[in-house]
Amino acid sequence: MTTAVKNEKVLEVKNLRTYFYTQEGELKANDNLNYYVNKGESVAVVGESACGKSVSALSIMRLIPYPPGIIVGGEVIFQGQDLLQATEAEMRHIRGNRIAMVFQEAITSLNPLLTVKRQISESLELHRNMNKNESLQETIRLLKLVGIPDAEKRANDYPFQFSGGMQQRIMIAMALSCNPSLLICDEPTTALDVTVQAQLLEIIDGLRSQFGTSVITITHNLGIVARYVDRVNVMYAGRIIETAPTEELYANPCHPYTIGLLASVPRLDVAKRKSLRMIKGLPPNLARLPGGCPFHPRCEWVMPRCRVEYPATEKVGDNHYRNCFAELSKLKKQ
Amino acid sequence: MMNDNTHLIEVENMYMYFPVTAGVFQHRVADVKAIDGISFYIKKGETLGLVGESGCGKTTTGRCILQLEEGIKGNVYFEGVNLSKLKREQMRKMRRNMQLIFQDPYGSLDPRMTSGDIVGEPIRVHGLAKGKEYTEQVEELFRMVELEPFMTARYPHEFSGGQRQRLGIARALAVRPKFIVCDEPVSALDVSIQAQIIILLEKLREEMGLTYLFIAHDLSVVRNISDRVAVMYLGKIVEITDSDELYANPLHPYTIALLSAVPIPDPKVDRTRKRIILKGDVPSPVNPPKGCRFNPRCQMAIDICREQEPQLKLVGEEHWVSCHLVKGVASPSNNQ
Repeated sequence: MTTAVKNEKVLEVKNLRTYFYTQEGELKANDNLNYYVNKGESVAVVGESACGKSVSALSIMRLIPYPPGIIVGGEVIFQGQDLLQATEAEMRHIRGNRIAMVFQEAITSLNPLLTVKRQISESLELHRNMNKNESLQETIRLLKLVGIPDAEKRANDYPFQFSGGMQQRIMIAMALSCNPSLLICDEPTTALDVTVQAQLLEIIDGLRSQFGTSVITITHNLGIVARYVDRVNVMYAGRIIETAPTEELYANPCHPYTIGLLASVPRLDVAKRKSLRMIKGLPPNLARLPGGCPFHPRCEWVMPRCRVEYPATEKVGDNHYRNCFAELSKLKKQ
Repeated sequence: MMNDNTHLIEVENMYMYFPVTAGVFQHRVADVKAIDGISFYIKKGETLGLVGESGCGKTTTGRCILQLEEGIKGNVYFEGVNLSKLKREQMRKMRRNMQLIFQDPYGSLDPRMTSGDIVGEPIRVHGLAKGKEYTEQVEELFRMVELEPFMTARYPHEFSGGQRQRLGIARALAVRPKFIVCDEPVSALDVSIQAQIIILLEKLREEMGLTYLFIAHDLSVVRNISDRVAVMYLGKIVEITDSDELYANPLHPYTIALLSAVPIPDPKVDRTRKRIILKGDVPSPVNPPKGCRFNPRCQMAIDICREQEPQLKLVGEEHWVSCHLVKGVASPSNNQ
């Protein structure tokens, strides 16, 4: 926790606009998206499915499939360089090397025909110019680092011979193979059991404090965010609608969506049959967003203004910003 | 314990082994011991939560209670009737009383049927209503799950994930069952939708006097919805008690570790909790460890744990644990 170096931004996403052109029309997956990560900091992008959170990660990596997707505008400043202006050759050098990514389902990202050893050593030979012997040593060191028992032997196994949690560890080992400055984890533990989830989150957090890697965690799970993350960005319909340091966000949520989200999660430390609060309605279709603030059809505090105008970013506390017109005192009453 | 009329379901020494076959003649070389001797009861009108890691046998338990597997050993009583002894036709009639809600509502809805036909199918199959009465019943079911009756003409793909789960619930309710097995009904849903479905299930249980077996891996959801919770590990029940008691006073080392791994969405609380990180993965149910099945991952294991299999014993009011390190209390019902 909080090993972050103040104000040294590793990555800054500015006014990112990634649109998809589909049969349904223009789909604004990221619409003027803004967030940043400091060195050694762990931030989360939290949102429900189809809010555009994974698209933002793919945009950073310039992996948006074209067609139908295209980055329409904005900047992604990574260590002083705008990645959106980088050439494809430069990007190849950055991907997997300086920015690494861990995806939700490890098995779909691992090559089923290659041994684990081969897959990890490949990037070591490619990006770190190691010879066969060095890369093998390093592969085994990495596998041990992420807690794969009997690493020397198991390095010769194929991905299907590992359990889901072990596969995800291999993904993390691969992601770390080139000492990236930034690690993007897209729903790293979603398909896994809680016990395995806890193991992996501990590993990722341990690596961060050990190597000072910045981490962006993309998730829908407000629980895993609470413990490991310094700052939270809440995303809705392609935009960040609230951002704050983790403790501040949970103690003092200032956007109706964040308030609703926190109240609708069942908690382990709350007695049985304690009624939950719910957010009415459904998350919007990105191709048919309602005008004004896209949350207004589901909002309890909606005002006429919300239907026509998108609220500007407002500072509500130290490092705490939101996009909402509702008066803070009214939100706090409930 | 038998024929206690406050119990809707009683499961007695249930085993379910799936054969592993090999060779040209497909002979049986081993068994996946999905359920390996479990007994429990579900009271009328209550929700029993069933939790455990993937592959521990939770789903199989639900399917076995509904007699949806072949080769179940042991007895399942529904209102005192032994389901294992029923003939096929008798069981078919019995099925009206017990229904299943699936995790993946899309996979369980026929894409070529309208949602109205899907929800009404059980009514037709069991011949419960015809004509105008049938249409009215289907529309009423739609209203019960808070969908609009005009949606009956739509196809499953026209619904969102949460709405499809509502269709799955409406279909289960169509035959007015007494008992519903909910198999991970909210796991695939978004956080805001998950709360809507939990609230709906709770409302229906109260209004219709339903009894649920609620299978889930998310312990926070289970605590919220369940009266009592059973914890499964590798085909066995390791602990079963009142839901608040389980969270306040977990006794089995596996339950303790499982609970400690669940994140709480509040940094102030979560960062001060002690987290027990379990080593390794769940062992294979083909060849479970000798003695207590949890012993290779247990921090407190002693010699006896590696040799002898512990039995469920009563340790407090309606609190059963199977662990050598936990002392039982003398009770006549200790043989549960």
